Amino acid sequence: MLKSDRIFGVVVVLGAFAYIASALQTPTSFMSDPVGPKTFPVLLGAVAGLCGLIMVLKPDEEPDWPDFGAVIALAISVVVLIGYAYALKPLGFLIPTAITAGILSYQITPRPLASALTGLGLSVGLFLLFKYVLGLGLVPFPKGWFG
Amino acid sequence: MEILSNLALGFSIALSPYTLMLAVLGCFIGTIVGALPGLGPSNGVAILIPITFTMGLDATAALVLLTAVYYGAMYGGRISSILLNIPGDEPALMTTLDGYPMAKNGRPGQALVISGFASFWGALFATVMLALVAPALSRVAYQFGPAEYFALYLLAFSTLGGIASNNQAKAAFASCVGLGISVIGLDNFSGLPRMTGGNLHLMDGVDFLVAIVGLFAVSEVFFFIEKHGKGGAVGVKLNKFRVPWGEIWSTRWTQLRCGVVGFIAGVLPGAGASLGSFLTYMMEKNIAGPEGKFGTGVPKGVAAPEAGNNSAAGGALVPMLTLGVPGSGTTAVLLAVLMTLNITPGPTLFTDRPEVVWGLIASLLIANFVLLAMNVPLVRIFVKVLSVPPALLLPGVTMVSFVGIYSLTGGYFDLLLMILFGIMGYVFRKMDIPTVPVILGILLGSNMEDALRRAMVLSDGEWTYLFSSPIAIGLWIFAVAGFIAPVYFRNKIRKPQAVTD
Repeated sequence: MLKSDRIFGVVVVLGAFAYIASALQTPTSFMSDPVGPKTFPVLLGAVAGLCGLIMVLKPDEEPDWPDFGAVIALAISVVVLIGYAYALKPLGFLIPTAITAGILSYQITPRPLASALTGLGLSVGLFLLFKYVLGLGLVPFPKGWFG
Repeated sequence: MEILSNLALGFSIALSPYTLMLAVLGCFIGTIVGALPGLGPSNGVAILIPITFTMGLDATAALVLLTAVYYGAMYGGRISSILLNIPGDEPALMTTLDGYPMAKNGRPGQALVISGFASFWGALFATVMLALVAPALSRVAYQFGPAEYFALYLLAFSTLGGIASNNQAKAAFASCVGLGISVIGLDNFSGLPRMTGGNLHLMDGVDFLVAIVGLFAVSEVFFFIEKHGKGGAVGVKLNKFRVPWGEIWSTRWTQLRCGVVGFIAGVLPGAGASLGSFLTYMMEKNIAGPEGKFGTGVPKGVAAPEAGNNSAAGGALVPMLTLGVPGSGTTAVLLAVLMTLNITPGPTLFTDRPEVVWGLIASLLIANFVLLAMNVPLVRIFVKVLSVPPALLLPGVTMVSFVGIYSLTGGYFDLLLMILFGIMGYVFRKMDIPTVPVILGILLGSNMEDALRRAMVLSDGEWTYLFSSPIAIGLWIFAVAGFIAPVYFRNKIRKPQAVTD
């Protein structure tokens, strides 16, 4: 029986090996202490690997994974958030925030009008709050729109 | 009386109008954060941290604001437990057991008032104990050298993994992930980069605020997206009621006992408020016996977990302030605040920065009375908050998280990292891997490694030095016992699930 914990455990063991291998590549300097920069990460990798092994041998109950529709909704949300992370600087606060908040809201409760209003409301409301109440330096619009 | 002069110093800071305003504001935000299902103390405080910094608050002000939010969230958690049967945060889980039945029996107001008083007593007791115990413990902490600190960090991880999680291997793995991330960046001893993969953004290491907001706030949003905002139970309406003074008085011994037990549970590293409310509820249930009718909506069943969790919340501040080792998820977040403000918690905090410690303690005492007022006479205001739909709340949380981290670092890289931590938090929580040890690892990793390496420098590489003092040996024994013992009595005692407070 292929359980999530077993698969995850294997990934952990492989990851631990990669981590140890990478730690062993750490450059050492002439100013060295008895432990050095490699020991601690190697120790961690070893413990993590052991934990991964235990997960493979003694897996827990299967977690309650989301169904296909929920996975799609999650994937859309992640993509939108990544886009938001890149858009925030060049496009200013208001437009990316309205779009992102609207899409997230739609993913939680699929009502188009309510989501659009949520997006707009959050975007404007948070901008006013951050800019004028908390005094954060946010740029509202893309550069060059209003001089 | 040293403590009186210290408290006088504290109150002179706490009673300044600005600090007072921050404490009241913190209580208000905290109660809302606690009451809203999906926003607990740790993610509530987490999303507020970056904003606090960009507002340019000084150390005392920031700490007062955020601990008031923390205390407030502990009060607020009970509101949705009682009215919706959904715990507003993890420690309030036990409050649903008697609180919701009591509300369904037509006495929601009484349940809110009794639990409000119990919260007040628990938090007040813990704050007074904090003022008494913390300075004494901080003097003990002067005895700690690097070997003792290394053992202490180990103790924190092992009890957190042992007591507050379901699977030892997964908890230990989570600690390793956190510690492993803390290694990324420049090595403290040699100044050379480690584990950065040549990425310049990673040279400074991973900012723990990014990890905290990602793991706590962003992953919560993913959970709501998965559930499509479903799972909202039918709420109980709050009707008119009288304050049940008699019933509050009848629970006096329960409150007293639970305050004491909760405080002890809170002081233990890694245990935190969820354990506090669980232990106290089970204790009172056993004391009352079957005639006590626990689970059917009795006043004691409402008072016990609330006195316990609020007392534990205060107790968890003790190891955080005196040793720099947090007792729970939220205190780990508060430790992050201190570290970002360049304040080193630990014994020296009490002598070097008394205004921070005593200002905080005095503010918490004041905050308690403010919270009692907000949570008993004014509780109707916060009941309204429960009707905020998730489709508005969670996008709001996301946007606040993004803006907070963005205004702190000003770049897309940390935002991407935060999303990554959000995905990691979602997967980990699905697989029952605790996320608090990850945070603790990132926070304490470099201190822990420094302690180990300094100890080895002192002993010239002799490993037995780690076990060379009675304090260190004691801590090692507790660490091993705290990690292994829960395996044996886990079958006998069922813990509250998914402890993440």
